[in-house]
Amino acid sequence: MTTDATPAAGRGTVRRLAGTLHRRPRLRLTLLLTAPLLWLAVLYLGSLTVLFVSAFWTTNSFTSQVVKVWSTDNFHALFTTPVFRLVVLRSVGVALAVTVLCAVIAFPVAFYTARVARPRWRPLLVVAILTPLWASYLVKVYAWRLILAEGGLADWMLRPFGLSGPGFGLPATVLTLTYLWLPYMILPVHTALEQLPDNLLDASADLGARAGRTFRSVVLPMVLPSVAAGSVFTFSLSLGDYITVQIVGGKTQLIGNLVYSNIELNLPMAAALGTVPVVVIVLYLLAIRRTGALNNL
Amino acid sequence: MHLGRTARIALRLGAALGFAVIYVPLLLVLVNSLSPDRSASWPPPGLTLHWWSVAAGNSGARAAVWVSVKAGLGATAIALVLGTLIAFAVARHRFFGRGTVSFVVVLPIALPGIVTGIALNSAFGTVLKPLGVGLGLFTVIVGHATFCIVVVFNNVVARLRRTAASYEEAAMDLGASSFRAFADVTFPLVRSALLAGGLLAFALSFDEIVVTTFTAGPGIETLPIWIFNNMTRPQQAPVVNVVAAVLVLLSVVPIYAAQRLSADTATSSRV
Repeated sequence: MTTDATPAAGRGTVRRLAGTLHRRPRLRLTLLLTAPLLWLAVLYLGSLTVLFVSAFWTTNSFTSQVVKVWSTDNFHALFTTPVFRLVVLRSVGVALAVTVLCAVIAFPVAFYTARVARPRWRPLLVVAILTPLWASYLVKVYAWRLILAEGGLADWMLRPFGLSGPGFGLPATVLTLTYLWLPYMILPVHTALEQLPDNLLDASADLGARAGRTFRSVVLPMVLPSVAAGSVFTFSLSLGDYITVQIVGGKTQLIGNLVYSNIELNLPMAAALGTVPVVVIVLYLLAIRRTGALNNL
Repeated sequence: MHLGRTARIALRLGAALGFAVIYVPLLLVLVNSLSPDRSASWPPPGLTLHWWSVAAGNSGARAAVWVSVKAGLGATAIALVLGTLIAFAVARHRFFGRGTVSFVVVLPIALPGIVTGIALNSAFGTVLKPLGVGLGLFTVIVGHATFCIVVVFNNVVARLRRTAASYEEAAMDLGASSFRAFADVTFPLVRSALLAGGLLAFALSFDEIVVTTFTAGPGIETLPIWIFNNMTRPQQAPVVNVVAAVLVLLSVVPIYAAQRLSADTATSSRV
């Protein structure tokens, strides 16, 4: 008889537990959130907090040991050291240049895929834009290393014009980063152009506007929030990147390289430098939020 | 909008150029893997499969693939559990700080990788080292899982928002316990979203280099780290070329699978 009773009792317990959980949504919620929040809030946010607090600590210059004394020396150095200022400005400049280039290239491509190409082909073209996102980041950078190398594809293509490729350096970094993040710009612009109502364009034409005027006064203002949404990716991904510049940038240094080179010897300084991209990205997000673009993400 | 003939032609050309810029580098990687030459000079002096057979026997690359697969599977498993839990909490409950939870989930991928990397690195150093646990594969998995949670969360929460809770309620009205309702009704509804999210998480982990740099112990070399370390060695260049070509070819797999799994994942890209 006991063999029969045990599973029944087991089933009863499960049933009771299910009932309890059903009646008490708070308990259910607690069970759902405990593990993920321990991971994200304690492990992740905890480490981030310690990192940013450590930006206010200093390092013993002889032993490279972190000294836990509160000081703003690192931030002072950040604003007064010419090299740091130059690199920060350069990094922001690179991120902006990449964003502008992405927007300029994305527009004709997205306009074609959203409004000019035959409707039958459009989904396929979107997949064609998406596919490179799945190719390895490192492989794409490597591809540009091959293109820009001495005697590589860029040199070969420019030789008939008596020119040579840009080689490795700052222009190569901007080019490669533009290539990497381009799909993140094309996609939102494509979506915005696709959703543009035809009757607005017709109305503009009925009122006597030519294509150029319609583009400036109707299309552009309606697509701009999506460009802003795409720019969040192109800007912040460029600002944090330090691998690409190591591969195609020659001796060029960006903010990520400074963080990296300080980690071993001066972690507090690295942490202070690390706050720069975070602050710039947050400021950028706040500026972008005014355009309403973040609702489109 | 009525476009003139010239405008149409200009747009076609512009788009063609754009697509060329997107695909030429990837094609170049494929062709370059067949070049007999060690340098990247163009055009290649000939075509050969010699380096493919050399690469197949390269123990360093093979070991790195294996490490990457293990890290990816570990991170994906953790991300699937944690991401799904948060998705259910956010989609099926109203509570104080719900917006904050969705924000914290996105944070690891929104912040620059180097910030996440050094934060985890110094945390592991202060917490794990006294316990006698050094950096290794385990810490790589923890780091990867942290930024993989968001892709699982995004997929599952999108699915839950589109499927009404009334299905589960109907099952329970018919006498199913909440576990039974989950197993027979809710889970089948979110299964493909879980698969898509898991696939995205694995791809993200497999490709990651920055956080890996800071969380991998000595001797732990994932495939991206291996490529990065060998990229500038002329001796290894042909093998790197082949590995890069294989990765380009493999990138078709997830896009095909995502396309089949669910329409919403294909357009939401990998963020």
